[in-house]
Amino acid sequence: MPNYTLKINGKSVSFIADADTPLLWVLRDELDMVGTKFGCGIAQCGACTVHVDGTAMRSCQLQVSTLENEEITTIEGLSAEGNHPLQEAWKEVDVPQCGYCQTGQIMTAASFLKENPNPSKEEIREAMQGNICRCAAYNRIEKAVALAADKMS
Amino acid sequence: MSTQENKVTFSRRNFLRASALASGGIMIGFNLFTACKPNVKPSVDVENLNFNDFNAFIKISKEGYVTIYSPNPEIGQGVKTSMPMIIAEELDVDWDKVHVVQAPLDTKNYTRQLAGGSGSIRVSWPVLRQTGATAKQMLINAAAVKWGVDAATCSASKGIITNEKGETLGYGEVVNEAATLEVPEDVTLKKPSEFSIIGKSATNVDLEKIVTGEPLFGLDYKEEGMLYASVVRPPSFGQELESYDATEAKKISGVVDVITIGEKARNFIESGKTNWTFKLTKTDKVVVLAKNTWGAIKGAKAIKATWKDNSELEDTKLHDEKLTSLLEANDLDVRREDGNVKKAFKEADKVIERTYHSPFLPHNCMEPMNFFANVTSEKVHLVGPTQTPEFVARVAAEIIGCDLEQVHVEMTRMGGGFGRRLYGDFVYEALEISDKIKKPVKMVSTREDDVISGTYRPAIKYRIAASIKEGKITGYHLKEAAINDNMYGLVPHFFPAGCIPNYKVSTGNYKSNISTGAWRAPYTNFLGYAEQCFFDELAQELEIDPVQLRLNLLENVKDTKDEKIQYSGKRMQDTIRLAAEKGGWGKAKEGVYQGFSAYYSHNTHVAEVAEVELKEGVPVVTKVVAAVDCGIVVNPTGAKNQVVGGVIDGIGHAMYGNLTFNEGKPSSRNFDNYRLIRINETPKVEVHFVENEIAPTGLGEPGLPPAGGAVANAIHKALGKRLYKQPFIEELKSNIQG
Repeated sequence: MPNYTLKINGKSVSFIADADTPLLWVLRDELDMVGTKFGCGIAQCGACTVHVDGTAMRSCQLQVSTLENEEITTIEGLSAEGNHPLQEAWKEVDVPQCGYCQTGQIMTAASFLKENPNPSKEEIREAMQGNICRCAAYNRIEKAVALAADKMS
Repeated sequence: MSTQENKVTFSRRNFLRASALASGGIMIGFNLFTACKPNVKPSVDVENLNFNDFNAFIKISKEGYVTIYSPNPEIGQGVKTSMPMIIAEELDVDWDKVHVVQAPLDTKNYTRQLAGGSGSIRVSWPVLRQTGATAKQMLINAAAVKWGVDAATCSASKGIITNEKGETLGYGEVVNEAATLEVPEDVTLKKPSEFSIIGKSATNVDLEKIVTGEPLFGLDYKEEGMLYASVVRPPSFGQELESYDATEAKKISGVVDVITIGEKARNFIESGKTNWTFKLTKTDKVVVLAKNTWGAIKGAKAIKATWKDNSELEDTKLHDEKLTSLLEANDLDVRREDGNVKKAFKEADKVIERTYHSPFLPHNCMEPMNFFANVTSEKVHLVGPTQTPEFVARVAAEIIGCDLEQVHVEMTRMGGGFGRRLYGDFVYEALEISDKIKKPVKMVSTREDDVISGTYRPAIKYRIAASIKEGKITGYHLKEAAINDNMYGLVPHFFPAGCIPNYKVSTGNYKSNISTGAWRAPYTNFLGYAEQCFFDELAQELEIDPVQLRLNLLENVKDTKDEKIQYSGKRMQDTIRLAAEKGGWGKAKEGVYQGFSAYYSHNTHVAEVAEVELKEGVPVVTKVVAAVDCGIVVNPTGAKNQVVGGVIDGIGHAMYGNLTFNEGKPSSRNFDNYRLIRINETPKVEVHFVENEIAPTGLGEPGLPPAGGAVANAIHKALGKRLYKQPFIEELKSNIQG
């Protein structure tokens, strides 16, 4: 198996993996960064969302061999002390029920707010519709994204 | 409630014991589940109890910090926060000083270390209060000894004990002494008006870890030297393994070995020793073991397996025919009968009959099934997401052939449960694999594995008929035809039982080889919808407001002496009135169509007003207002979240949920062809609680059953079309296109 070096959360990280291994499983199994979750494996649920050069992407579909020279950010690197405005908003609104999908929700929202810092309610609902929350904490996700946008402006 | 009533004698003190900690402080252990079971006899010598006999603990440090070990599994229903809140209330400490830790399973003696049936809070409420209050009294007693005064002259609040002279001692200053004292038998519980933690919102205790992505869930658990396992199961119900070829699988990098399992489970089933064979199958399964999850998943895909039929390969058409013929035949089992339904129908001016249809539903927990197992000659170590750790431990001991004491189960936080993790099939797979390879292993299912080997909500049909004479409902007959399982326990005695003089519930089932089981609000998740749609039609027929119809009917059950009827006519009426008031029933703006529904399940009364608007002719649910009577609300935020989630879950599955079968195979395998509700399809949900001082009941489930009915009734107002079949989306397609 080949050796890869990726830039994750601002650090160079080396590991051995098959070329077709999804970033998701490298993060979880090789690098012990388990905040990125496995939900469907086919880019339909958003639980595995990370940023590649600031854009939200589904890590279950990103083969490690295509990621060298990219800046990858995971939930573990979104903020230094878990205090990104979205994480703060998530806590303030008490969004999670089971909590499993929430890191993916936050990563999608973080990339979205960078693109659109002042979104309407409809824009938030459109931007977040790729992320499934099986507990249906959707009302609070919507509220927390809006709150974070306020905090950031 | 008088003070007198709040005085409780601790007749079951054997469930509680305090002792000093080497590090300073006190550890109070209590046996929640023995204590929750009425009239339980201690199964061990009380004097020789040790801390292994307890399953929940309070630790108080010298500094006054309190750690509460929460006993019940957390699946997102919030008990890891709300159960410790109840202890902290009676212990009388600042919630800010409380740290909550998930307790492991204690496999001895206990009866209810599980998450299911919305029962955690309802069942544990008195015990958690007594435990907190007893600990508080011990600390007061210790302070009184120190001061040389009568304990009755001292009081405690927020972790500080005060005597008549106004002198104070913190809990932390007397914990060492308290640990040596007798456990008091009489303690005084607070009056609800004195509550300062219960009734105030507390955020989820794992919040920080959740939003930063720290390991919490079963899938996050890892041990040194652990292998990952992917299991290849029969693709169709009714099939078993004939042979397999692992040549290609073994070539995949990371793959360590390919084995089969099934023998242990089969032996266990065939031993006939117990009926705990729940959801276990006799077939062999192929297991790919790898150094990482990706290798295991790829390896499993590369297995070339041949399956042979061992029973009929069923399909949805067959299920439809079988259920319909059950409804047509007159040999269903009678579950409740009042008066003479036959006579009422014969003498009626009019009889209305409707049939409601629902499909199978998979659970689709966001975290796929997985479990860690490490079987050694000394010990069986199991870690992962389970709603029933005690049950799992007992079955594991039977399967492996070891003592129950050798099985250690640790519960992780769960990425949803919804009933799927009540069953241990995935735990026993991990167990059998580890037993065979003598290594620690984690079995990981993919989404596809989960969907095709589920324990689905069974397909069900209801046929409801009512007789009307002189403008009154005189008779009512509800027939249920379900795959595998019928309604159980007290469900036939739910609303409208007791409201209509001639009343009958009868049920029948078709035994299928498709595995079915509990799914959020088991049995009432579809029943609530069917009945509440039917009442809407009855109201239309009788030309009466649907809310008023229900209020009138409930008048008849208010003085019932029937102990099987556990819902309260008055509480239901109050809940309905609150929903109608807060939801602005009958006052909808132009272009907004309202639907009403009210249902009692899992000991909680719920009423909902749904609002639908037409957007380009398509009905869109924009708002739901729910009123809930669950007694005292322990954690308002957590409680509200449960109801909001339940309502949206109910609407989502009523709108889109659909699993059909063809030749024994589920039609959907993943989210590309199985639709779950998403944020842009979600209404705003408002929740209002009926305020009272009645002991609390659960909330994980009761918000769901009325939701589909409220929406269907609103859609009827918008489109003039009744929805008799879930998912609605199929019914609406033709309407919109037509």
